[in-house]
Amino acid sequence: MTFHSILFERTQDNAKKETLEAPAFFVDLNLDQVIDAITAGRQEYHLEPLFYASLNDIDAIEYRHEIMRDLEHQVLSDHIRTFAQRMRTMRKQLAQADKLSYTYQKESWFVDAVETYCEAITGLVHDITHVDVRSRGFLAFREYVTDYADSSRFTSLLAETKMLKADLSAITYCLLIRGNSVQVRKYESESDYSVDVAETFAKFKQGAVKDYRVKFSTWPTMNHVEAQILDLVAKLYPDIFLHLDAYCAKNGAYLDETVAIFDREIQFYLAYLEYVARFKRAGLQFCYPHISTTGKDVYVYDGFDVALATKLVTSTSSSSVVCNDFYLNGEERIVVVTGPNQGGKTTFARAFGQLHYLASIGCPVPGREAHLYLFDRLFTHFEKEEDIKSLSGKLQDELVRIHYILTHATSNSIIILNELFTSTTIHDALFLSEKIMEQLLQLDLLCVWVTFIDELASFSEQTVSMVSTVVPENPALRTYKIVRKPADGLAYAKAIAEKYRLTYDRVKERLQT
Amino acid sequence: MKAFLMYTDHDFDLQQKLPPHAQALTQDLELQTLFNAMALGDKFVFEVAKQAVLSSVTDLDAIRYRQHILQDCLKNPSIVRDIYAIAVASIESERKNFWGLLSKYPAMVLNRSIDVLQMFVDMLKKLRHIAEEHAGSFESEGFTAFFAMLNTELGDDYFASVQHHLRTLKFRDGVLMSAELGQGNQGTNYILRKPHDKKQGWVERIFAEKPLAYKFTIDDRDESGARALSDLKERGINLVANALAQSTEHILSFFTMLRTELAFYIGCLNLQGQLTQKGEPLSFPLPVAPSERRHAFQGLYDVCLALTMEQNIVGNDVLADSKDLVLITGANQGGKSTFLRSIGLAQLMMQCGMFVPAESFSANVCESLFTHYKRKEDASMTSGKLDEELSRMSAIVDTITSNSMVLFNESFAATNEREGSEIARQIIRALLEKGIKVFFVTHLYEFAHGFYDKNMENAMFLLAERQADGRRTFKLLEGEPLQTSYGEDVYRKIF
Repeated sequence: MTFHSILFERTQDNAKKETLEAPAFFVDLNLDQVIDAITAGRQEYHLEPLFYASLNDIDAIEYRHEIMRDLEHQVLSDHIRTFAQRMRTMRKQLAQADKLSYTYQKESWFVDAVETYCEAITGLVHDITHVDVRSRGFLAFREYVTDYADSSRFTSLLAETKMLKADLSAITYCLLIRGNSVQVRKYESESDYSVDVAETFAKFKQGAVKDYRVKFSTWPTMNHVEAQILDLVAKLYPDIFLHLDAYCAKNGAYLDETVAIFDREIQFYLAYLEYVARFKRAGLQFCYPHISTTGKDVYVYDGFDVALATKLVTSTSSSSVVCNDFYLNGEERIVVVTGPNQGGKTTFARAFGQLHYLASIGCPVPGREAHLYLFDRLFTHFEKEEDIKSLSGKLQDELVRIHYILTHATSNSIIILNELFTSTTIHDALFLSEKIMEQLLQLDLLCVWVTFIDELASFSEQTVSMVSTVVPENPALRTYKIVRKPADGLAYAKAIAEKYRLTYDRVKERLQT
Repeated sequence: MKAFLMYTDHDFDLQQKLPPHAQALTQDLELQTLFNAMALGDKFVFEVAKQAVLSSVTDLDAIRYRQHILQDCLKNPSIVRDIYAIAVASIESERKNFWGLLSKYPAMVLNRSIDVLQMFVDMLKKLRHIAEEHAGSFESEGFTAFFAMLNTELGDDYFASVQHHLRTLKFRDGVLMSAELGQGNQGTNYILRKPHDKKQGWVERIFAEKPLAYKFTIDDRDESGARALSDLKERGINLVANALAQSTEHILSFFTMLRTELAFYIGCLNLQGQLTQKGEPLSFPLPVAPSERRHAFQGLYDVCLALTMEQNIVGNDVLADSKDLVLITGANQGGKSTFLRSIGLAQLMMQCGMFVPAESFSANVCESLFTHYKRKEDASMTSGKLDEELSRMSAIVDTITSNSMVLFNESFAATNEREGSEIARQIIRALLEKGIKVFFVTHLYEFAHGFYDKNMENAMFLLAERQADGRRTFKLLEGEPLQTSYGEDVYRKIF
């Protein structure tokens, strides 16, 4: 088993070029916010493209699940984090070397970078040797990195680096500063004068005393006096400094490419797991979904909108995240969501899309248990602001967009529609919606449709009606629960009218007095 | 080097937390008057006196150690005041030089420390001079050890070696320092080095291999170079400047401790002066172990009252050995409170090593001393008066240990006599059984007489004397608690 990538088992899987462009539906599903939150603090890895590419076979997803499960063990993820931290330090050291101008200084930072790299490799190999890993990905990577650490290419680099560092740090020299002149020579065991002074006054020692040492600010850049001194030190120790020059010239390309790629790609998992941990701390659950490409029975228990949950979990507000269930059995294909505004309908639709998308990139999904469908394409249509440049009007734009979706979607696609046809009469809207519905049913694809048109909810055997609910005693309070039940727009209207004493009887009564 | 004038083996801690009941003691025993008399306007002496008096010593040897030192002080007051003055002068002149320590430049810290050390050396020489001159007139263990220490530690050789350092640290021959290569090959870990001795014979000098050395010079016009060079020098002397500054701090704390410990005796000298002038007697008390029960004294008076009164005041004689309970009843304004206060004051003064205001005094030391006095109505109205008293009592019970002593002054009278008596009876009974010594001034007849009727071996009953014509003698005599406290007398006096 040869190791290629911790993200893809086979090389052809990652043949797709990394794209900088997020999929079209990202904004509608608030996945842009989700990915921002996941990758926050990891800009240097440039992880976004890794989150933009969904997989299209179950085995590729399984490959990532296995790795994710391995990394859920704190021991392993801590080891990887340690490794990543070292690699990050190494990059900073290289950047520092780049910025400096005096050669011996640049070279010293370079040696440090290589030393850090060696530590990262040997540390990682040492750390993960005895960790129980099960995933194909980690097993192959472990073998790879272990072999690499044993290779003469690496061991000789390590040995030479250590020797050079030891030589450099063993240097002690003396400066005699007198007026404007500086004499530089080797140190000859002259005694520490401050110890002498401290001893003389030791008899007065009472308790702890203040530290009067002045803190000097240190800059990585040297001034010309320091540089002159360093040059003279190099003359005092010519062998060591010649070795230093040669070492730097020889080892410019010390970094192993596969390791470098692993260092970046493994962050995909760490970033996601750290993101998940936030929710777990707040009592929310994530699970590894069962993925199917054949049957269209899907379900989720205690699913939620991660983008909204991110805000709720991080804010100090007391509002808690409301979880929802859904399922589609047998012939059921289309969830029609109706009910009071601000009741969580859009959130529900988004969650449906997010769950499927996150599943498609091989990640655990929000929910206690999930069975999801591996789509070929995901389409969304969310109501947009009117586009000033478009002369055609909103309704037409909508229809153009829907047409595009319907012509590109296959029976393996997922479509999420949110509030279509609000800019026309209810009569027209119903007519258009029914037309669209017929086509959707014909495609036999999975769909969530948020609408104010109750009639759609009972359109056919394949449609399922789900309704956002309110607290019966106080209809102004939303539960944000979306439940399977027949659409009944009036129930809410009655309740809210009661609350504001605007029911028929109440209004009559009030008008009498 | 330690002064060790308060304890044989450790410093007197001015910052030590006072016991939680210190505030009550200060208020109930009018300790401010005592501290003021000791301080004579010196705030520092005031603080030391307060700390010493309120943090009682229970070890008999420790008490005697201080008593002996105090006796030396009483014999040689002017020498002791001279030593004190040297300590004060050293501390004050160090303070004037303080600014140098705040510098960002080790060279400034160093120069300031050299100046201060020079001053300290002069002061130490004065101290040693006193030690040489007067050690013979002191007998106490504490002073003998102190003078001996000055003589051995501060010899002429020592002063010479200090002078040598102070001269060397002016760096007339340049600054020699070592360094290592740190991150980015930058110099680090700069350490000032002592140059090897040059006084080799000529043979060694000729044959010694000259070490390889390179040299460069900064151009006179190169200002940034000069700055860089002086920055390097600063790094080099950083540690030695620190060592020297810390040394000055150590010597300063020696002087501070000397001043602190002597301040207590200065306070005693001040107090003694005032009381002697008034012709009031003083004596060194005889402390006995906490487990014993002794209170035997003659002419014990309230030192705070004496300090505030023009005329001489009446002392009391009591022999209360092997008593756990002393109940004081009797005439209003008959001197009961004054007596109780004199008991408390004498106890504190004895337990800090002072003399006591009496012709003679002997008592067992107590683990700790508490007072429970009737207080004014609580102005904050947060709790009723009895509530307040009982909560204070409860706080005492939280911390008290056996062989402690409690002084009660008209406690638990905030309710009717029957209830008050019952409360008091129950509390006192429990305290006595725990081995706690109690002095109780009370008008609670039922409470007082109840104990009287028990014929307890370990209880004593004192009465404030009232002559037949109602005049008070302010003397306390042994006697059965009376049912009246002659409040009528007082009423008559006023109406």
